[in-house]
Parts: sequence; C-alpha cells; structure tokens
Amino acid sequence: MTDLTRTTVSITVNGRTVEANPGELLIEAAERSGNYIPRFCYHPRMDPVGNCRMCLVEVEGPRGATLQPACFLKVNDGMNVTTDSEKVKKAQDGVLEFLLANHPLDCPVCDKGGECPLQDQSLAHGSGETRFVEEKRHWVKPVEIGELILLDRERCIQCSRCTRFAADVAGDAQIAFASRGDRIEVATSPNQPFDSVFSGNTVQICPVGALTAKPYRFSARPWDLDQVESTCTTCAVQCRVAVQSSGNHLTRVLGIDSEPVNHGWLCDKGRFTIDSIDGNEASTDLLHASTRITEPMIRRNGVLTSVSWGEALAEAARLLRDASNTPQGVGAIGGAALTNEGAFAWERFLRGVLGTENIDAQYGDGLDAALLQSLPKATINEAANAPTVITLTGDLREELPILFLRLRESAVRYHRSIVELAFGPSALRSVTRVSLPVRPGEAHLVARALTSTGAVDKGVEINEVDLAEARRLIGESGEGVVVVVGRPNVAESAQVVETALRYLAEQLPQAKFLPALRRSNVMGALDMGLSPQLRPGRGFDELAEGRDAQAQLAALRTGEQKAVLLLGGCLLGNVIDVTGACESLENADVVVVTGHGGATLAYANVVLPAVVQHERVGTVTNIEGRVTSVAPKIVAPGSAWPDLAIAAELAEQFGQNLGLHSVEQTAKTIEATTGYPTLSALNDETSDGYVAGRGDERSPRRPLDPMAFPGIRSIEIVGLGATAGAVDVSDVVTAKAPRSAPLGSVKAGRGVDVPLADAYSLRVVLSRRLYDNGIAVQGSPALHNLKAVTTLRLNHFDLDRLGVSTGDVVNVIGERGSTRLPVALDDGVPRGALDVAFGSLNEDGEDVIRPIIDHDRVITQLRLETT
Amino acid sequence: MATLTAPLIVSSRAEFADSYTLSRYLATGGYVALRTALTMFPEDVASEVDQASLLGRGGAGFPAGRKWSMLRKAPLSYLVVNGDESEPATFKDHYLVERDPHQLIEGVIIAAYALQVTQVFVFLRGEFALGLERVQQAVNDAYEHGALGSKIFGSNFSIDVVVHPGAGAYICGEETALIEALEGKRGFPRIKPPFFPAVTGLYGEPTVVNNVETMSNLPWIINNGGAAFAALGGGRSTGTRLFALAGRVKNPGVYEVEMVKNTFRDLIYDPQFGGGVIDDGAIKAIIPGGVSAPWFGPELLDLPLGQDEVAEKGSMLGSGSIVVMDETTCVVRAAWRITKFFSRESCGQCTPCREGSGWIERAMYRLEHGEGRMEDLDLLLDLCDNIAPGLTWPPQMTTICVLGPSIPSSVHSAISMFRDDFIAHIKLGRCPHD
Repeated sequence: MTDLTRTTVSITVNGRTVEANPGELLIEAAERSGNYIPRFCYHPRMDPVGNCRMCLVEVEGPRGATLQPACFLKVNDGMNVTTDSEKVKKAQDGVLEFLLANHPLDCPVCDKGGECPLQDQSLAHGSGETRFVEEKRHWVKPVEIGELILLDRERCIQCSRCTRFAADVAGDAQIAFASRGDRIEVATSPNQPFDSVFSGNTVQICPVGALTAKPYRFSARPWDLDQVESTCTTCAVQCRVAVQSSGNHLTRVLGIDSEPVNHGWLCDKGRFTIDSIDGNEASTDLLHASTRITEPMIRRNGVLTSVSWGEALAEAARLLRDASNTPQGVGAIGGAALTNEGAFAWERFLRGVLGTENIDAQYGDGLDAALLQSLPKATINEAANAPTVITLTGDLREELPILFLRLRESAVRYHRSIVELAFGPSALRSVTRVSLPVRPGEAHLVARALTSTGAVDKGVEINEVDLAEARRLIGESGEGVVVVVGRPNVAESAQVVETALRYLAEQLPQAKFLPALRRSNVMGALDMGLSPQLRPGRGFDELAEGRDAQAQLAALRTGEQKAVLLLGGCLLGNVIDVTGACESLENADVVVVTGHGGATLAYANVVLPAVVQHERVGTVTNIEGRVTSVAPKIVAPGSAWPDLAIAAELAEQFGQNLGLHSVEQTAKTIEATTGYPTLSALNDETSDGYVAGRGDERSPRRPLDPMAFPGIRSIEIVGLGATAGAVDVSDVVTAKAPRSAPLGSVKAGRGVDVPLADAYSLRVVLSRRLYDNGIAVQGSPALHNLKAVTTLRLNHFDLDRLGVSTGDVVNVIGERGSTRLPVALDDGVPRGALDVAFGSLNEDGEDVIRPIIDHDRVITQLRLETT
Repeated sequence: MATLTAPLIVSSRAEFADSYTLSRYLATGGYVALRTALTMFPEDVASEVDQASLLGRGGAGFPAGRKWSMLRKAPLSYLVVNGDESEPATFKDHYLVERDPHQLIEGVIIAAYALQVTQVFVFLRGEFALGLERVQQAVNDAYEHGALGSKIFGSNFSIDVVVHPGAGAYICGEETALIEALEGKRGFPRIKPPFFPAVTGLYGEPTVVNNVETMSNLPWIINNGGAAFAALGGGRSTGTRLFALAGRVKNPGVYEVEMVKNTFRDLIYDPQFGGGVIDDGAIKAIIPGGVSAPWFGPELLDLPLGQDEVAEKGSMLGSGSIVVMDETTCVVRAAWRITKFFSRESCGQCTPCREGSGWIERAMYRLEHGEGRMEDLDLLLDLCDNIAPGLTWPPQMTTICVLGPSIPSSVHSAISMFRDDFIAHIKLGRCPHD
C-alpha cells in the first residue's frame, strides 16, 4: 500500500535500504548512503548524459539484473541496486581500461597530474599493467582553442563535460565533437575561437588534463598549492572560490559550489585576473593599474615621493583637517572595493571624525542607494526560481556573468519566463519570453506600459503582441515577480531607470527586487553607510544632507569643497564626465587610499597603500545582501595596510580612537549594533554566508565531490591572526536593525525631461563590457588581448539609413566634440540608438567616447556622418 | 526444396524495367490500397496491420502494429521512415527505394493515415544517390497525382512527406540517432529512458519510426487484408521477407521468400535464389542477419527463416542480410573487416564502443596480418565481454545503443568457431589465404 504521507522513496543499495528523494538520480542517492559510484561524465550541475559508462551498476528489472548507468537513472520505490558485484566491477574496470587505452602516459608533465580524477581512479582501481600493445592515438598537442584555453586531444576522454557546459550552461556552443569513433575530437569551428567569458569552467570540470588554462599552465604542481576558501570580489555577485597560491604567489582561482550563488561556476574575469594582483612585478607606472602601490607617498615638488607611514598619515590628516574646518569642505568618494569592515571603519572616520555627510561609494554610475535600500529584496535563488523575472539591466553576461548563468538556467532548464527591457545587445535575449526594446530615455514609459492596462504613452514604440504577453506573464505570476535592476546605460541619467523602478514598485506591490549593481562590494559599502543619508547596517537618516559623488566633484570644481578622500584609485576610470573630474581633482587636495595605480594618482597629494582582494580578511556583501567571508591567501607587497588599520590610524592623527582594533572585533561591533551578520559570516568561513535581514537562513553545502570539482581538495579554516580577545556572538543576535529608508514616491521622479528625438541623431547607450578598462582587466596580462575595442553598434535599420555597413568608419558628432569610430551591425540595439562600450579604447588606445557624452543631460544624442 | 507458393508482396514489380515510375505503378494496381484505406476509419487500417502481425523489418523485429499502438496521443506527432540501410552486405531497402519507391510512399501514406500523422520524414542513406532521386521523384509525382499534399484523393486527410538524405553515418540507422540527425544535431543515439520515440521522439513529440520494407508491405496488406498476410509464414514470423544474399553464392541478390516455410539452405541452394556455393564448395559459416549478428555453422542451415527460430539459436534475422562463407573465406579477415566497419562507424559517445571497437580492430588487424600473439585470443574475448557482458544474444549492454554489442558478434563467433584458423595465422606469421 502506498503511504501518501511519505515524501521519500526506499531503494536497496547492496542489500541495505536507503531513503531517497523521488526523482533523485541513483548516483546521488547511492553516494549519500556511502556507496560512491565512480564517474567521469556526470557533473552534479549539468543534465546527465550517461556516456562515459563508468557508473554502470546492476539494477534489478523485469529481465533480471542489468547494467545501467547510475548517473542517468532516477530512483523509484523498491529499486534494487548492486554497486559492488563482480559483474559491476568487471564492467567498471573494463571502462577504465578502455579509457586508458588511448590515454597518453604523460602524467609527469601534465598539469592535471596530482589532482586528476582519471589518475586517482586508475591508482585506486586500475590494473597495474596495460594489455594495449598498439600505438596510441596521436594528435597535435596542445592546440590553442581560445585566448585562454589549450586543448590536448590525446588526453581527452570524451566525457563531453566541456561541450555540454559550453552549449547547455553558458549557451556558447563554440566547442563540439567532430569526427567519430576513436577519432572523435573536441573542436572549434573554423575562424571561431572558444571565446566564451565562461571558458575557464571547462578547464575546472575537465576530469583529465585535456583542457588547460594558459595562465595557470605549468605554473605549479597541485601538491605545492595551498588554498583558502574565499569570495571573489571582481563583481558584485561574489562567487565562492578556492584561492590557491604557491608560496606567496597567486596561482589559481577555482569555483566552489555555492548553492545560493555560483553553483561552482566562475567567469573568466574572476578566475583569471588574479595576475592583476601579483603578476606585474616589473610595472612601476603609478598611473597604470598594473602597478601595485607598495609604499605611502606624498607629492613633493610635483612628484609622488615615498615616505614613511607616519609622514603620510600626518600629511593626509593635515589636508583633511584643513578642509574640514570649513563647512562642507571635505568628503569621500569610492569604497566599493573595500570589505564591510574596511567600509565601516571609513564610515566611522568620515562621519565620526571628519563629521561629513559627503560620502558616496558609487561614481555616479549606479543607482540611488536610498531607493535601492527601500525596495523589498530578492535573493539570486528567488530570482532564479521566480516564474517571471523582469530585467532592467544591461547585458548581464557582461555585467554580472554568473547572475546571467543563473537566469539563463532558469529559462532554459526550468522554462521560467524572463521579460527583458532591452536597452542594448543582450546575451539573455535568446532565452527571454519577451524582450521589449527600450530607447534611451524611455525606460520609465515602458515600465508604465508594462504595469498598466491602458494605452501606451505617445512616442513610445512597443510591439503590442509583446506587450500583451509581458503583461500576461507579469499578471499571472502575482507574488512571484522578481525585478532585476541595474544601470543599463551610463550615458542616460539614473533618473530614468529610477523612475521606472518606482513605477514597478508601486504597481507590483508584491514584487521583489534584486539590485544588479556591478562593482565588487558596492552593496556592502552602501550597507555600511558609504552614501549620503545611509547608515551602517542599512540604516537611514532622512534629515542628513550630503553630496553624492557627482555633487562632490562639482563642489570641488567650484572650490566649495576643498579636499576629497578617494577610497580606491579608479575614480577617473569610472566617472562619466572625466574632463570635469580632472578639473575637480586639479583644484582639490586629494588623499587616495589604494592598492593599485591609476590615472587618478596624477592628482593625488597623498597616497596610502592598501591591501586588495585575496590579501585581506573580512566580510563582503553581494547583490542579494549575502554576507560572506573573504580570506587572505598572500601577503600584500611592500607596506600596504588593511583599510581598517589605515582608517584607525588616520583617526589617531585627529586624536580620536575609532575603537576598532581587529577585523573580528569590527565585525562584532557591526553585528552587535545593527544585527548585520558580519561576525556570523566571519566566524563561518566555509559556508555560503548569511543574507542580511533574513535571520539565520542557511543553505546546506553539498559534499565536495573531487570528480565534480577537481583541483579543490578540501577547504581549510583560515586563522584570523591576532584578535581582540574572545568574541561571543550571543550578544549580537538581539540587535535591532536600524530604521531603513522608506520607498520613495514615484511622484518625486515623475519629471524626467527627455529631449525630443532628433531625426538625424542616434541616442547613445553607453553599456558595460566584462573586459573593460577597469583595474582587473587593465592590470591582467592574461586578459590583455581581450579588451573591448570601441565600436558603435547599430540596428540594421539605422545602418541602412546611414548607408554604412560593419567595419565602415564614420564621423561621430556631438555637442561636446567629435571623433571617428567604426560601426558594426547589432540588431540587439533598439532602433534610433547606438550602443558603445563604456571604458573601451579605440585602436590608438584612447577613450574617445566618454569626452563627448552629455553627462548633464538626461540622454546623449550623437550624429553619425559618412565622409 | 523451397516453398514458392507465396505471392510476391514487396517485389512484385521486379520484372518491369520501369517499376519505379508512377505510370507503371498505377498500371500494376498502385494507389488502390490508399484509396481503400481512405474509405476506412484510421483505427481500422491500424487494426488490419495489427492483424497482419507485421514484424518490423529494420532489424529488431518489433511488431509494427504494437509500435503504432504505443504512439502517445498528442496534438503533434510524426512518422519517420528509416531508410538509412548502411550495414555491409545489407541491401534489401536499397532495392526497394530504387525499384519501387511508389510502393514505399503509398505505404507511408497509409501508415500516416492510420496514425493520423500529417508530417512524414523519409530519412534515406545519403549514399543512395539513385534511390534518393527516385524516392524524391515518386514524392513529387505523388503530390501531382493527388496522393500527397492537402486533402489527398478528395478526402479530408492532408499529409506532407519530406525526403531527408543522411550524411554518411551508419549510426543514424539507430532510430534515436536518426531523430537527432533529423533535428539537425550530431547523430548520437539518445540514452534510454525514454525507451520509445513513440513517447518522446522527433522534437520531443511522439514519433513512429518504421523501416522502408515495413512500409512497403502496407499496400498489399490493405489490398488483401491483414489475415491474408498473417496466413503466410509461421509462428510470429508472418508474411514474406526480403533477404539480401551475399558472399560465396552463385547468384547473390535480393530475394523475397515466405518466412519460416523456407530454410537457410533453401535460400542459398535453390536455383531460383542463391543457386549454391561458388565452385560448389562447402559452407564454413553464415552470417544469418547482418554483420552485427553472431554467426551460424553449416549445421544450422536447415533452420527455418523465422525470427524466433533464429533467435532460439542465439542469433537474429536482423537486417535481412545473409552472408555465406566457404572454405576459401578467411574468417579472421572477415571478422577483422566487420570490426573495422564498426570501429569507423562508432559514434564515439560511449567509452566501451568507441575505445573497444578501435582496440579490437587493431588486434584483429595484427592477427590477420600475422602479427598476432596467442594471448590475443583471450584478450579479444575479454574485451568483447567488457562491451557485451556474458557474450550472449540478445546481448547485455554496457553502451547506450546496440552498436556496442554488435562489435563482439563476429570476433566472438570467429574465435569460438574457428580458433584453429587464428592459431594458423599466428604460427604461420601471415594469412594462410594470402
């Protein structure tokens, strides 16, 4: 009789009864019961294909026990399985022997040697001697299949993990099988390299040394590597990673399977830009990101000169004190790359010591922090599980690659709906249910159309069928709608998207929101109060008045603000109005706290060297508010200090004590006073962290399967060094979260003043690219050749109208100047708009587009002329 | 002597040089069955076929009527005709597509009507240059004749047939690989479950995949009734069957014979068929059902040509190909050449088949060329056992599709039946037949 209350099924594995979840794969159920079944092609994050045949086990059926692949078989009640019989052993040994028949014996020179599932398997179960006396299969080895990836076809065991990852997970089917029989090979198409931004994952999941990554190749042996578990802060998704080093040199980053975040995947930027941290020892140009700042410096006679910490701190304090003597005379910009503890320390210094409210962790390229804070938040999992997701973002593959993978999986594998407001080209487009093209300056109108039932505002072109479908999907999803919102176009005033966001929040009261701000720990910095009106632990003070980044730069230009503390050295790389920012810094006293060089240092009066990613301990917060710990793997070069120490010492110069003596104690202070889970995350280094504002919700960790994650052995607990005495979490759980910002009314933003369309001009979409000219990519030799080159992308209607085609160079004329750039066809760009990559450089290595952006208008229009 | 009283069901137009034309087809009773079928309820058409107990002629011998009854009810479903006949010495579908394409098309339309499927794909082996031309011409003519397209012959039934050439892979004869190829993908057989395309097939929709000869039987069955068909043959093996007879026989070719009523000996020796062994030599072995089948020795020549009768003796009638080997045949070379075929045609998906076929081929090559070792014989049997555990027939499998266990058949048969021939190769250091 069926017990209707049962939620599990019973199967028998080797004579023992095992409870399993209905629909669970046999290989997983058996493993949980302690019967590990060997495998090569199976990967827990991809659909099984059962083609390596290593996991054959005996399953009782109507025709007696037959050999079946455990990775493909779903358990059902009463299933009787044998995994250790002679027949099973012979079949598995046979498969292993077949795999080794053509596999070269080059383990001593193979990168995978020492962490190779095939090697481990052979050692454990293989025969000591080969019965294969023929010549093995030969290929040219290795071949470069992409900028970062090499393929050795002799080592390949055709498990199809890489090809399935590329096609099914990343959606970049650039590698596939060619030929057949034992001459089958993984291959690229002619003239189409494997240039997926997720290419490094194929190396991580390759169960042999067939795929190797150029940056890591031959740099270390696995047994020489030391590793810690940490969080990647290259973007704000913040994937969990294992950071590995050989000695004091970073060698490799591998993705850890974090259920709520990255599922083991990483983007190539996060994986391969560790060389920007310690891969440029010879670089000395202080104005370039490849140079690490190792010593404190003061500008003397126009030249930055190395000094002692004491001198530098005294000088920094002098400049900031002088400026803070006048009302509104001082402020700070930046901080998105800090840890939460570092951000908190600077917040204490700025508000507590300098008494300023002029604080902004964004560079005017994000969104209204108070507005974001006021929205009901969704986690990444909630977005990925939502029946309908609305995206108001740029190309997520370029901005937050792993969020793109999660949403893509949701659409492709689980058939959930994505309604995309398409501002420009987007890799997500092919899997969305509805994609509504949005011209610059019209997002709020499209959002209004989406959430109302009436007619669409005049002048806005929306396909009626698409609009009806989008309205239907949103209407049907009720509480299940999640809105992912970022800053899709930095050449458009943030008001436009903010107004759209207010409409959506008003009209969809049950919707949840996932901020898609890009930069590193920007969410943590905002949560620590690095923004006007915000307070640590997501507090809000509506009475406070301070300047955001743009207002500070304006005030510096007029001299109203005298000094600025830059938390990070990349201001000039990130502001839209780069000319104006240079003028502002020229006028001001500038103290820069940074680990990397950059153009901004040309204006620095004092430079204080700080530690960077993978050199520091603390916590960080991702887009969903998940707080996780970061761990140091290497020691920072020279005399760089953690930001916490710099802030504390600078406060000392003012005769004040921040009371923050260690990261752990700072984390405790934050959690004790606001309930923000910094200490909980810090004390739990091998976890997926805690979502701020969600209590103790934790997701279970899947046991580390070396076959799924070769290269990650086990993650060690990292010592935090000297701490300020025993830390007890018991007193922090009672802390009340501070008052948070109320949801701003849509009326406040209703007056978006978009200029009329000019028939001769195109509206500019200044969008983000993953391989931009930011610190990570600029400083990374590995990614050097992948940087975006400035190109104007246009819809074919507009190309035809102008009578130009891909590759043609046109004159680009705006109110602020003109330049010449090549055009390219891209029908992802809405009609009447042109898309160009922010931070990209033209063929001469110059950023020619930012100077001609009308940063003080709602949108920028440019005219294109053929010569 | 052979029993020759049975009518010719699928090769009745063999005597006409223009058997492939619409005019000849119409002159010899063509498209009458279709007109009859269109006056019947679709389920009655299906029930005639079920009554005929027509076994699938592609190799597995699954009853066509039962396959049809398994078609999952869905708004959209497909009929796919498998004409990817690519196995060495198998050429009976080759004959049908070249010599009687209209009979195939009429059968297809009848089947589609019975299944109420309106979209048919005829997947033909790409190397059938003439066959593709003639089937396409037949399809074009049938459209013109009103037998295909919208509201055929004035009925309410509409149907489209697309002829799709294969790209040169034997594996696409495996029905799920064929479906993948039709979908524009690489011809990898699909893993089971789902076991039957009738549940999840082309583009994920329910799909019936039938062989060319199976389809070609349908006009006769409708004209004469399922009972008349079932009255022919014996046991489960009803009707007649086309056999492609090859190897050391005087008259190799395609012959239609009544099942069960005739034996292998009849087919090989009857003057109307094979006419005996070349130079009247003694038969050493036969391959009873295509090169994936285990071999028979001469002691089984009197076995009736019936599916179950052959299965009982551990082999199969399979693809309807019978290869005769006599004393002049080098069985080592024969087994090696068959293995070479499978090695080249393995899709490369499953390890045992991909690596096993290559390994066995190379070892067989050494043996045939006098470079073998005694231990190779046991090695080969063990490798065969690792692909098809137990070396039984029907086989146990370690692979996704049956190409894997097809590899050991010839090697296992050759070694177990003619071990001395292998030893002679090894001792002589060359092939004794060279």
